[in-house]
Amino acid sequence: MYSALARSDIADIVEKVQAHERLSFEDGVRLFESNDITAIGCAADMVRRRLNGNKTYYIVNRHINHTDVCKNRCKFCAYSRSEGEDGAYMMSVAEVVARAEELYQDLKFTELHIVGGLHPTLPFEYYTEMLSALRARFPEVHLQAFTAVEIAHIAEIGALSVEECMRRLKEAGLGSLPGGGAEVFAPEVRNRICPEKMAGDDWLSVMRAAHNLGLRSNATMLYGHVENAEDRADHLLRLRNLQDETGGFMSFIPLRFHADNTNLAHLARPRSGIDDLKSVAVSRLMLDNFPHVKVFWIMFGLKLAQVALSFGADDFDGTVVEEKITHRAGAETPEGLTVADIRRLIEETGTAPVERDTLYREVTHEEQAVG
Amino acid sequence: MKLYGTLDSAAQGARLSREQAVELLSCHSLPELGRAAAAVCDILHPEPVRTYVVDRNINYTNICISGCRFCAFYREPGNPDGYVLSTEEVLEKVGEAVELGATQILMQGGLHPELGIEFYEGLFRAIKNAYPVHIHSLSAPEVVHIAEVSGLDLETTLCRLHDAGLGSLPGGGAEILVDRVRNELSPVKCSARKWLGVMETAGKIGMRATATMVFGHIESHEDRVEHLMAIRDLQDRTGVFTAFIPWTYQPGNTALGRAAAGGHDYLRTLAISRLVLDNVSNIQASWVTQGDALAQVALRFGANDIGSTMIEENVVAAAGVRFRLSEKRLIELIHSAGFDAAQRDTMYRLLRVHEKGVG
Ligand code: SF4
Ligand code: SF4
Repeated sequence: MYSALARSDIADIVEKVQAHERLSFEDGVRLFESNDITAIGCAADMVRRRLNGNKTYYIVNRHINHTDVCKNRCKFCAYSRSEGEDGAYMMSVAEVVARAEELYQDLKFTELHIVGGLHPTLPFEYYTEMLSALRARFPEVHLQAFTAVEIAHIAEIGALSVEECMRRLKEAGLGSLPGGGAEVFAPEVRNRICPEKMAGDDWLSVMRAAHNLGLRSNATMLYGHVENAEDRADHLLRLRNLQDETGGFMSFIPLRFHADNTNLAHLARPRSGIDDLKSVAVSRLMLDNFPHVKVFWIMFGLKLAQVALSFGADDFDGTVVEEKITHRAGAETPEGLTVADIRRLIEETGTAPVERDTLYREVTHEEQAVG
Repeated sequence: MKLYGTLDSAAQGARLSREQAVELLSCHSLPELGRAAAAVCDILHPEPVRTYVVDRNINYTNICISGCRFCAFYREPGNPDGYVLSTEEVLEKVGEAVELGATQILMQGGLHPELGIEFYEGLFRAIKNAYPVHIHSLSAPEVVHIAEVSGLDLETTLCRLHDAGLGSLPGGGAEILVDRVRNELSPVKCSARKWLGVMETAGKIGMRATATMVFGHIESHEDRVEHLMAIRDLQDRTGVFTAFIPWTYQPGNTALGRAAAGGHDYLRTLAISRLVLDNVSNIQASWVTQGDALAQVALRFGANDIGSTMIEENVVAAAGVRFRLSEKRLIELIHSAGFDAAQRDTMYRLLRVHEKGVG
C-alpha cells in the first residue's frame, strides 16, 4: 500500500479489501462515517476493477410510467396522485403500447422500464395484458417492470400469492424487476419516511421469490434523510445475505432522498457530493457479491456521475436520446444524453464503454454504427 | 502500479519533474491521485479548517477589443449592449457587498480602448475613501492594456494603481501559459511572457496575486504541465502567488464551442496542481464552474479553499452557468466534507471560524 493510503483512518479496511476479505457490519459503519473519500474510493475502484475490469456499461432504454395513481401516497413521493385528483392519469394498455411505439420510432431501445403507482382499481389482467401486448409488438425488447412494492399490490389485486402473481407476469412477458421501493430496511427509519410502504422484510421476500422463479432484479437504497451509518450498513448487509442465498441481484443503485414539494422536504439532508460518492463506493465495498453498481447520472449530475465511475460504479445507466435531438451544451443535467455523449464521458475516465442489455450481455450492432 | 513511486514521493512533499507531472495527467486512477493530493494538502494545512471568502465580483465594463474565442461576456466597442459602470454605480455595488460582509472586491472588465490609468486610480481612491475593503482587481491582461493605453511601463502602472488602493491581482487571463495555445484562443490577449511579467513585477513591488489555469479546450497535457511549471518557477523567484485556481473552460455561448471537460478531468487536474505546485500554499476549488457537489469533493482532492460567495459573476453567467451560493451553503459544504469552516480575507488570514456540528 502506498504511504498516503497507509496513513488513512480506514487503512485497515483497505487492507482487508486488498486481501479479498469480506467486510463486516462495523467496517461498513466506519466507512460511512469516514470522510476519507479518496481512500474509500481507492478500495472501491480496486473492487470495481476486479469485478468489471476496464468496462463501463450503459444501456439504451426508455421509461414508461403507466399511472401516477397510488393508494399508498407515501409522504415523500411528489409523483403520486389519488384517483380523480388533478394531474392523476392512467394509461390504457393500448396507450402504453402506443407510447412505446412512439419512443421506439425515436430510438431503438433494448429495454423498456415500466413502473407506476399502486392503482386501487386496475385489475390483475391489466398488467398481464400490458406485458403480452408489449412483448408481441417488441419481441426483442426486455421488459423490466414493477417494483417489489407493485408486485405485492398486483398480487393482492389478483388474490394471488406473490409467487403465483410473478409466475403469471413472467409468462406474460416480464423479464426482470427494477430495484425500487427498498428505501432503508431499518423499521424505525421506514416508519419515519414511509410508514405506508411494505416492510423491509416483505420487500426482501418478494425479491427472494422472484429470484427463485428465475427473475433477476436490481436493488436500491434511499439515502440522505434520517438514516445513520448503522442503518445504511444494515441495509447493505441484508441485501448481501439475500444475494448469498439467491444470486439473483444484478445491480445496486443508490438513490438520494429527494422530497422537494412534499411535506417531508425537511427530512432531506443538504446535498453533499462526498456523501453521494460514499453511497456508491461503500456499497461497492460491502456488496462484494453484487456484480454491478449503477450511478444514475440524472440524479448525480453528469460531472459527479462521471467521477463515480472511479469510485466503484461500473454502470452509467441509459436514458439516451436520439443523436439528432441535440441537448443544450453545458447544461449540468440535460434530459437525455446521446450515445456519443455517454461513450465520451465514459472514455474520459479511462474505461471502455460497453453497451449492455438488461442482463448485462454486450450488445453488438451489425449494420448500424454506434456513436 | 508504476505510478505509485511518483505518487508516494509527491505525497511526502518531494518536487515533481515535468515528466512525472505529464505521466500523472494520463493516470486514470482518480482516487489514488486524490489521496496523494489530499495528503499534501493535509501537510500544508494540518488544522482541520477549510476556508471561503465573502466577496463581490464587479464587471466594470464589458467593452473589449480582445475578442477571446472562449469569452461569452464581451461586446466590441460600439456595440449597443456595451457598458461602463459609473463611479457611483460601482460605489453602490461595493456598499451593498460590504453590507453583506464582503471583505474583498473583485473588479474585472474588458480591455476598453479608451480607459486610461486615471480612470482606475480615481475609481480605487473613491472606493478606498468610502469603504474598508480589499481591492483584489484587474487581471494581468487588463494591467498590460492599461499600461499601453496610458503609455507607461508595467512597473510604473502597477505602482500607481497600488498607491491608489489596488491591493492584489486576481489570476485571470492566464488561461494556458503557452503561446501556441494562446494564439489560437485569444490572439489579442497578452502573451504568456507578459502575463508572467505582470505577476513578477507585482511581486517585486510587494503586491500579491493569485494564478489560474483554464483547461479542457485545445491544450494538450504537456501544455497544462508547461503552465504549472511556469507558475512554479515564478513562485520560486517571487513568492507572489497566494493561491492557484484551476477551472474548466465553459463552452456555452462562446465562439469556440466544444464539449465541456468532465468532473473526472477537473479533479485529476486539481489534484496534480496540488502535487506540482509545492510552493503555492493554497488551492481553490471552483464551485462557479463545477457546481457545489463537485467543489465539495475537491476539498478532499487537494483544495483547501472553496472560493467565494461571488455575489455577482457576469463572465461565467454569460456562458450559461448560473450558480449562486450563500455563505450558509458554503459553510455547510465544508462541514459535510468533515472540516471546520472559516471565513478568510484575501491574504488567507482566518476571520471567523464556524465549527462543525455547532450550528
Ligand atoms: S408506493 Fe411508490 S408511487 Fe406510491 S406513493 Fe409510495 S413512492 Fe409514490
Ligand atoms: S476574456 Fe477578457 S479579454 Fe478576453 S474577450 Fe473576454 S473580456 Fe475581453
